[in-house]
Amino acid sequence: MEFDQRNNQRTVWVKQSWSAFFCLLTVFISGCATPQKVDYTAFKQSRPHSILILPPLNTSPDIRAGYSFLSQMTYPLAESGYYVFPVTVVSETFKQNGLSVPADIHAVPPAKFREIFGADSALYVTVTQYGSSYTVLDSRITVSADGKLVDLKTSKELWSGSASVSDGSGSTSSGGLAGLLAQAIVKQVFNSLNDDVSNKVAALTSQQLLSAGRPNGILYGPRSPHYGKDKD
Amino acid sequence: MIMLRLFYFLLFPSFVLVGCAGSPPKTLYQWEEYQPQVYRYFKTKEDGKEGASATMEMENGLQQIRMQGGNPPPGYHAHLGLLYSIDGKSDQATAQFQAEKKLFPESAIFMDFLLKGQATSQLKR
Repeated sequence: MEFDQRNNQRTVWVKQSWSAFFCLLTVFISGCATPQKVDYTAFKQSRPHSILILPPLNTSPDIRAGYSFLSQMTYPLAESGYYVFPVTVVSETFKQNGLSVPADIHAVPPAKFREIFGADSALYVTVTQYGSSYTVLDSRITVSADGKLVDLKTSKELWSGSASVSDGSGSTSSGGLAGLLAQAIVKQVFNSLNDDVSNKVAALTSQQLLSAGRPNGILYGPRSPHYGKDKD
Repeated sequence: MIMLRLFYFLLFPSFVLVGCAGSPPKTLYQWEEYQPQVYRYFKTKEDGKEGASATMEMENGLQQIRMQGGNPPPGYHAHLGLLYSIDGKSDQATAQFQAEKKLFPESAIFMDFLLKGQATSQLKR
């Protein structure tokens, strides 16, 4: 009687572990499923040493999004090993030449940028989301952007990508549903007034978008110790 | 059972050690306040309020970088040059653009363009 019971238990355990194994396997595989892989042929041929960040287009409703995101883009690109042109000086130079609207700047022929700045490549970015969005029980800050890197000698696209980061809010509260709603509203108001929070989230989005060493990310630049050692 | 427990007991410290392995990776450059300064520069222009000159903070940052044997990031000197140019301090602006060009030869064409501008007129806000 005892032996039979133990045997049955062992059978059940074996069955459970196999199903657990298959469950884990599917999760693992789906987790590994990568999106369309970037073709790095043009990038490797071009091997740009420098990047000119153009003032980004902004399709979000917050007018501060453009310069806020712009102020966070130098760091990941420079740390990835590229010379990055000073964004403030570049912006002033454009203004003094009658170009203050990003859309106008993006429309300039790439060869012109090479002539004025001597840059190897230019980064065209659009900020698509910036700031707080309000759901029933919470509000969170989201910054999303997409970008493409263009060779200024050949006008060929070297890379494109996109990134989106939301601040994990995780509101805790006592006072039940009413309490949560009140908190969410206060937070929403605070966040829309406080652009600095969005700027900090923009830093994370920028790092996700523009750091080398990530899947489908840009390649390392010549100033990086990892130059030429990209895993792809 | 005892063997299994012993195995986990021995395994645990190795996880802890792996987790603690190494300090945060060193960056290529010492950034000081460069990025926040850039943000503030654009922000004060948008708001229409003229911010106090930030050259002091940028110069202090350079001192820190020198003291700690770090490297200023791309654009640091050039941004400081812009600030001096706006303040009407042409000699200091020139010196900063030259420093940028020396550190980063990739910037030479643009820095020459700015240096020529310093010689004639100034970059105004």
